Amino acid sequence: MSDMERPVRLDPSDTAPGDERADGREIVQGIVGYLVGLGIATLITAVAFFISGTTLVWGPSIPIALFVLAIAQMGVHLVFFLHITAGPDNVNNVLALAFGVLIVLLLIAGSLWIMNHLNQNMIPMERIMQMQR
Amino acid sequence: MTPIEASAGYADPHRVGYGGMSDSRRHVSEHAARGPESKRIIVGFGFWIFLLSDIVMFSAFFSSYAVLSGNTAGGPSGKDLFNLRNVAIETACLLLSSFTCGIASVGARAHNGLIYYSGLAVTFVFGAAFLILEVHEFTGLIAQGAGPTRSAFLTAFFTLVGCHGLHVTLGLLWLLTMMAQVFAKGYRADILRRVLCFSLFWHALDIIWVALFTVVYLMGAGQ
Repeated sequence: MSDMERPVRLDPSDTAPGDERADGREIVQGIVGYLVGLGIATLITAVAFFISGTTLVWGPSIPIALFVLAIAQMGVHLVFFLHITAGPDNVNNVLALAFGVLIVLLLIAGSLWIMNHLNQNMIPMERIMQMQR
Repeated sequence: MTPIEASAGYADPHRVGYGGMSDSRRHVSEHAARGPESKRIIVGFGFWIFLLSDIVMFSAFFSSYAVLSGNTAGGPSGKDLFNLRNVAIETACLLLSSFTCGIASVGARAHNGLIYYSGLAVTFVFGAAFLILEVHEFTGLIAQGAGPTRSAFLTAFFTLVGCHGLHVTLGLLWLLTMMAQVFAKGYRADILRRVLCFSLFWHALDIIWVALFTVVYLMGAGQ
């Protein structure tokens, strides 16, 4: 009944997140994949740190650029490190990711939207203090 | 029903392993005819669901930080407190540890002890260096009177960054456990599934750190 009795499936189309092929001959291929991911991620990180401190670009554009770079780097991590790809066996993983992203966006955007309005409508703290005396 | 089918059905009660059910893809994967997916794939999917729920929890901390980041109560703001050089070293540590963790998972799948153990050992060193830097930063902030009780901004900061640091701490303990388990029990299928889950966890921590250094440190120091 245990999984040790079941043959290890070496079908290359079977991929889980973080999955590599069990074939020992493909060590090099796996390492190269991680090296590519590391290279791209390092590049994006370096650009992000450079942009945050520079005066070369128009100031108000910096947060948007940082945001875009962060999204791009998360995508690189997902593809090269977690192996969430568009492969045929990855449909469930991608669907779960899409749902997670939806919840995260709703939570963050909704919180910011509501709390900004509440902040605008709130009595200044000094006035509240005076009313309590 | 053979015993293998019965055990696989028990492990997959909701048939999540059935990937390609649409006609257009059936000829590609043919899972509907082949039966449930291997346990490794189902375990990976289940752990991925957990990671996504962990990310949803972090998004709550992120949104509270974003709401409260301006409420400094007359105290220091991020611009006064954050040391970007320190953050850059932390980021490099975590990115490199994520890379070496991937190398270790390649070694585990190939049953190569040299790659596996050395990969995880380097991962541990980088992860521990990250934690030391973070603890150093926290104690420095508290020593200069900018502890979590100073303002709403600092409460949210310590909650968000501290929660990530807590995850890294637990990840390091898990890392040592996985080294010991492979050492004691060998490259068994169930142990390899745990290694897979650990590497997914460690990579997910790095993804959260990307959001963290962007939103908290880079945007905070640039304001």
